[in-house]
Amino acid sequence: MKLPPVDYEAPGTLSEALDLLAEHQDEASVLAGGQSLIPLLALRLAQPTVLIDINGVEGLSGVSRTNGWVAIGATTREYVAEESQTIAESVPLLAAALPLIGHEAIRSRGTVGGSLAHADPAAELPAVARALDAEFVVQGPDGERVVPAADWFEGYLTTSRGPDELLTEVRFLAARPGTGTSFQEVARRHGDFAMVGLATSVTLNSGTITDARLAFAGVSDVPARATAAEELLEGQRPTAEVFAEAARAAAAGIDPPSDLHGSAEYRKKVAAALVRRGLREAVGNAMRGSD
Amino acid sequence: MPDITLTVNGVTRTGSPEARKTLADFLRDDLSLTGTHLGCEHGVCGACTVILDGRAVRSCLMLAVQAAGSDVTTIEGLGPDGELGELQQAMWDSHSFQCGFCTPGMVMQAAAFLGDHPEAGEPEIREALSGNICRCTGYQSIIDGVLLAVERIREGSARETA
Repeated sequence: MKLPPVDYEAPGTLSEALDLLAEHQDEASVLAGGQSLIPLLALRLAQPTVLIDINGVEGLSGVSRTNGWVAIGATTREYVAEESQTIAESVPLLAAALPLIGHEAIRSRGTVGGSLAHADPAAELPAVARALDAEFVVQGPDGERVVPAADWFEGYLTTSRGPDELLTEVRFLAARPGTGTSFQEVARRHGDFAMVGLATSVTLNSGTITDARLAFAGVSDVPARATAAEELLEGQRPTAEVFAEAARAAAAGIDPPSDLHGSAEYRKKVAAALVRRGLREAVGNAMRGSD
Repeated sequence: MPDITLTVNGVTRTGSPEARKTLADFLRDDLSLTGTHLGCEHGVCGACTVILDGRAVRSCLMLAVQAAGSDVTTIEGLGPDGELGELQQAMWDSHSFQCGFCTPGMVMQAAAFLGDHPEAGEPEIREALSGNICRCTGYQSIIDGVLLAVERIREGSARETA
């Protein structure tokens, strides 16, 4: 399918980009890596009158670490993040999720900010951002605002970004000592969107779980924290019984969709299995890290 | 319509594509490089894969105007002067393909991958090619072809150092 006729703007600076967004508002789509937006155009699921291509906007790409936070510019390509030593060392959950996004050729163009602004609830990065309480830096006509991940994802492909705003950066708190992480997913084929995915982060202190974070992909219209399971884990020593209990609590707390890829019942079973696997791997990584 | 200049297979090319024209359509329709195939036209099948600034990309998932200033290699650029490159010859010898529709995408993806991972093993090659769909072969012959190329590259570099 060919793309529909559309105007094209390629601002070189943030202020030019914001001026264009202010002018076109809802009529515009922001084009970053294009790996989701171009198919939406081809399928006529998005019909903007103008594309605002932010690939040339200076200062929007790159990974940096300051004051215990890792900041990732919105147009940082997924393969660049995948190869980043800073991310591998400081945000291992993100590093584990990145290679699972689509395929190599998709990650050549796809951007971290683009995936998080597209907000597909089955995608990997939204679950990671939700698990780690990432901060979303948004620029608009009134300046900058910072949105916590809990408020960023509002619904299916819907975020709290206003039509005249631009996501410019996403910040992740660097993993604390004693933290282990795991990204698990079950997909029909390698590279497909997961039927269920799970981002897990566990922090251990003297053999006790002091912080547990579990965020599902693919079980609702936004990435979903398994809060009941998290509360149950905190203060416990990591055992197979505790993991099984957390898995039951997590599965009981979700109401996943049924579609041709899997029934809701099947997804709940997969979710429980992923919680057990994710906790096992995350705790194993935490213990190895603290040796 | 914006004027763009880019390098395709080592040659400077210019054009004035409509904004909505994908890089794939620009290569095929404006530059007559029809070796790049279009299967699904929404980023699922991998047939349109080309190498852009050293990375495999899907040419149906970017606009031609976005390729301005870039260095693009298509299947036509892999085999200089009509000769087969090493990877292509290995795939030919392995009877990697049948109908040929997925061929350019498979070859370009494999070429990009081998460029970065010349000693890749079967699991890595399978993963690297997992985004390219073939409806004929069952994939084994394609993997065999890439593995043969890896073997020949290794033998070649062993001969050079001997």
